[in-house]
Amino acid sequence: MKNKDRTLFILFCILPTLAIFSIFILYPVTQVFIKSLYSSSGFGSNEEFVGLANFVELFKDDIFIQSMKNTGFLMLVVPAITLFLSLIFASILSFGDLREKHLYRTIFFFPSILSFVVIGILWAFIYHPNMGIINEVLNWMGLNQFALTWLGSKDTVLWAIALVMVWQAVGYYMVMYLAGMDGVPRELYEAASLDGANAVQQFFKITIPMLWEIIRITIIFSINGVLNISFVIVIVMTAGGPNNASQVALTYMYKQAFVNANFGYAMAIAVIVFSVSLVLSFISNKITEREAH
Amino acid sequence: MSKSKGIKQKSSRLILRIVLLAATFIFVYPFVWNLLASFKTNKEIMTSPWGIPAIPQFANFTRAFKESNMGGFIINSFLVTGLSMLLLLILVIPTAYALSRFDFKGRKVLHNFYMAGLFIQPVYIMIPLFLMMNNLHLLDNRFWLSLVYAAGALPFSIYLLTGFMRSIPKEFEESAFIDGSGYFRTLISIIVPLAKPGILTVIIFNFFTFWNEYALALVLISSDAKKTIPVGLANLMEVQRFATDWAALFAGLVLVLLPTITLYALTQKKLTEGMSMGGLKG
Repeated sequence: MKNKDRTLFILFCILPTLAIFSIFILYPVTQVFIKSLYSSSGFGSNEEFVGLANFVELFKDDIFIQSMKNTGFLMLVVPAITLFLSLIFASILSFGDLREKHLYRTIFFFPSILSFVVIGILWAFIYHPNMGIINEVLNWMGLNQFALTWLGSKDTVLWAIALVMVWQAVGYYMVMYLAGMDGVPRELYEAASLDGANAVQQFFKITIPMLWEIIRITIIFSINGVLNISFVIVIVMTAGGPNNASQVALTYMYKQAFVNANFGYAMAIAVIVFSVSLVLSFISNKITEREAH
Repeated sequence: MSKSKGIKQKSSRLILRIVLLAATFIFVYPFVWNLLASFKTNKEIMTSPWGIPAIPQFANFTRAFKESNMGGFIINSFLVTGLSMLLLLILVIPTAYALSRFDFKGRKVLHNFYMAGLFIQPVYIMIPLFLMMNNLHLLDNRFWLSLVYAAGALPFSIYLLTGFMRSIPKEFEESAFIDGSGYFRTLISIIVPLAKPGILTVIIFNFFTFWNEYALALVLISSDAKKTIPVGLANLMEVQRFATDWAALFAGLVLVLLPTITLYALTQKKLTEGMSMGGLKG
């Protein structure tokens, strides 16, 4: 009797949640993979199994290739700069012995809880050619020839977007590193300074190796984060323009699905992006493995 | 010797402070400028990104509220965020309890299943979700949007809460069982109060996720009257490109930032601590 109660209670605890999760998350995930093999306008009636035709088509699609290149650029540049700056700021706050440490932590972390839409709008105006602060400062310094239409030119738009994504995420990873650094025994640094190691040497020889496991995780996190954030930032700031120069894979997917009603084609893009992010996570995990202590 | 070292330390600390202040300026500037712009006239906004408004234009806020329907968007956002949170707690607490305190067949599999869910980003599944909910006639409905949000938040919340519940000493529920309390009552009256700090962390982290979510709200809600703030703002931005009532847009942004800043001010310590406890999130 007691045992039966227990079983019933466990079922009561896990089944409703599992059902909801399966319907609204698991089922759509399986659909992404299945529907990527169909030519589908989405609304049921004229679905046709086409095998890998969507994927073959994708690799002949110049805009898709362009959007994958842009996504790759962001996945490389944004994590590298973000994590480097986060480590620097975390070291300064952790070892600088400043009274206002917590204030800086609070301010730097703030952008990471903001809506990406808000961030995109604010930065669209910072980059604005006429009323944005960047060009205003450049003009004021007499550097008028460098005052560009940052989001309107295909040469600058990706870097401009990358910078926003770095600004958004630096504080988040900094807080993660700070927690790790507070756990590193101070004696290591004292011994190193007695041996004559300067701050830069200590950073590379002690801080980075001691935080290596956290750094490995944050690399994977930030690579995957780029996919998600770039979707919103690009939609809000440039809509993929000018002439697809800032189109990323997921905005192109969105466009194929909800503008062109090519749902099967769009889901093939989702499959590729998902696979690429898994492969990159795996590679990054393998490359960084050897140095683990 | 020690004196020169002291000077050296002081000057290096000064350099650090200059670096940090420069960074602070870059982090804070967009918000200060936004706040100033929300009180300016459209003409003042166009002239210079530095200036202070001659006369504070409170009318910007009333315009944002009424003409741009910011008020409606904000109410929708509170509604969806609140409902999502309620549904999430109803779903996550029993599952986290079962996973952390009971040994049953398939427990490990179920746990790993949810952990694999951490890799699923909402953007990946927005298309099949849209198609499925279209077939089931669940589109353009704030309740179903909230349920989707709650379902999407499950993996991370289960991860946080099972970790927390494992750390609660077993004696409390054992003595409750001996006193004849049933499983259900033990969960409600013993476990939930003890797990409050963990539940609070789940609430804080997910508040920002729900409040800020854009991609799913964009495709699952179609009528203007039901849109949440992020979608409403993005639309407004689109419209203002041509209408150029920038001032109302900035007033709208300030209105949206207020709840976020308030909650952040109240919870930032817990938030940053929660992250260092292993609340890693992509």
